[in-house]
Amino acid sequence: MTSPILRGKVYVVGDNIDTDQIIPAQHLNLVPTIPAEYKKLGTLALSGLPAEYPPLVKKGAGISEYVIIIGGRNFGCGSSREHAPIALGAAGIRAVVAESYARIFFRNAIATGEFYPWETETSLRQVFNTGDMAEIQFDRETITHSDSRKEFPLKPLGDAKAVVEAGGLFAHARKMGMM
Amino acid sequence: MTITEKILARAAGKTGVAPGDNIWVNVDVLLTHDICGPGTIGVFQKEFGRDAKVWDRERVVIIPDHFIFTNDKKAHRNVDTLRTFVREQNLPYFYDPADDSYRGVCHVALPQEGHVRPGEVIFGTDSHTCTHGALGAFSSGIGNTDAGFIMGTGKLLIKVPHTLRFTLDGRRPDYIMGKDIILRIIGDIGFEGATYGAMEFRGAAIEALPIEERMTICNMAVEAGAKNGIIAPDQTALDYVRRRTAKPFQPEYSDPDAKALHAYRYQVSEFVPCVAKPHAPDQYAPAADLGDVKLDRAYIGSCTGGKLADFIAAATILRGRKVSIDTFLVPATREVATGLQSEKIQGQTLTDIFKQAGCLDIAPPSCAACLGGPEDTFGRTHGKEVVISTTNRNFIGRMGSKLAPIYLASPLTVAASAVAGRITDPRKFM
Repeated sequence: MTSPILRGKVYVVGDNIDTDQIIPAQHLNLVPTIPAEYKKLGTLALSGLPAEYPPLVKKGAGISEYVIIIGGRNFGCGSSREHAPIALGAAGIRAVVAESYARIFFRNAIATGEFYPWETETSLRQVFNTGDMAEIQFDRETITHSDSRKEFPLKPLGDAKAVVEAGGLFAHARKMGMM
Repeated sequence: MTITEKILARAAGKTGVAPGDNIWVNVDVLLTHDICGPGTIGVFQKEFGRDAKVWDRERVVIIPDHFIFTNDKKAHRNVDTLRTFVREQNLPYFYDPADDSYRGVCHVALPQEGHVRPGEVIFGTDSHTCTHGALGAFSSGIGNTDAGFIMGTGKLLIKVPHTLRFTLDGRRPDYIMGKDIILRIIGDIGFEGATYGAMEFRGAAIEALPIEERMTICNMAVEAGAKNGIIAPDQTALDYVRRRTAKPFQPEYSDPDAKALHAYRYQVSEFVPCVAKPHAPDQYAPAADLGDVKLDRAYIGSCTGGKLADFIAAATILRGRKVSIDTFLVPATREVATGLQSEKIQGQTLTDIFKQAGCLDIAPPSCAACLGGPEDTFGRTHGKEVVISTTNRNFIGRMGSKLAPIYLASPLTVAASAVAGRITDPRKFM
């Protein structure tokens, strides 16, 4: 980790953001392990959201101006496509803060090390608006609304935190001398 | 222990496990397909080396099925990537779209080809891998990174799920299908009601179900967030498996005193034909309550709704009737497609029944429009079409267009609705 604080703009979404909204199936012809297609997946992240949402990545921009996503319940439900967490990571998202996650998406987020999938006890969707600034303290595992200075605890990620920090399952295993 | 715990304990070489335990399990079968296979291979080669060999070539099964009948260049490149890997690794179980070995939708082909055996551990790079619990296997969906790890090691670290037990009592009326049962359960427990859990289905109504209907139910366990769905392998299941493989296997069964986190009980005779309204599978409603919903399109297909039993059910409604909306039929596999030509109702083949009813020409087997896919995919929505479908997801944009709402229902309800042009309880035509 380069800095103990992650500071940046948040992008706020609702409950049950499914993997088809994160990356619509027509883009699953892209292979995440091919570098150019990894980047392309980033430009398409959250392009399946309804039209009333602003784009996560502006047309022509390589990555997003947002670095944190604030979600509701059951974030990442649906498909096992690893393209979904990868698209968010490739877009420049470093953390998702949601009330809960679908199982496979949560596991994929950690295995790929694309971003930290934090949970909160209560919804932060009433606290943050898209475009607000936030700060995440990695050591204390808290998120702060920059303008109001209101601070909220994140549920500890436990052992999974070190896996994301290392850059995913394989990088972590090598770092720990497991392979 | 429950059936799920027993299978996992054996796969971990332990005498016992409990929900929440993190254990390393040995994997019996790794399934992948054309949209996650190339990425999985990419992870495997990056992490284990370009010349590394898979841990056991007999246990890797590759079934391309998602983007097959399309002009999309990358889709074809991806199948080529699979071909190259299969050749380099000398893998015996690859079902190539370019020749007679092609089968179609992986979750229907996997059991049909004898790769699903009771008591075994199956992981697949597809969330609907939970289908295979219908034959008493532990079977669950994973991502490319985990699949790449299994390819190299044959193992995976997993958490033992808690069990939610669903007992379905009574006699199933002929207008109730597996889809009605699972949509009702998901409607009750919610879209995330089984997150991280094992959904175990049992009871007289389950035991009386044919295998394909059990698959419909287990297939949608993931729509409640479950890790796996599972049904104890009875004689019906054992017969199905033994007809399709000579490989030995060891079934497991829940102990009578096995603990479940929650137990639910239903009288299936009280169920009614139902739909899941847009945009989530837990948006339960009786079909009879939605008679004012006008439809543009009906779709019968996919791993959960494109099996032979699904087409037989639809044909019982469509025989001697005409559809009033565009009706798309996509058999899941070649075996199902062959069945459409050989299976008869009162002397008439299913193919003839569908043709006379005015359905569109039957498409070749694949996932097709279940998940939208490339622009030229058969049945994909492009506008504001209102769709009723036997598939498993009705998320925004799932079948292509974000503006096309999707209602999920049984093949009986989809066929009845195709005739009426509105959402219709199939009892109207039975």
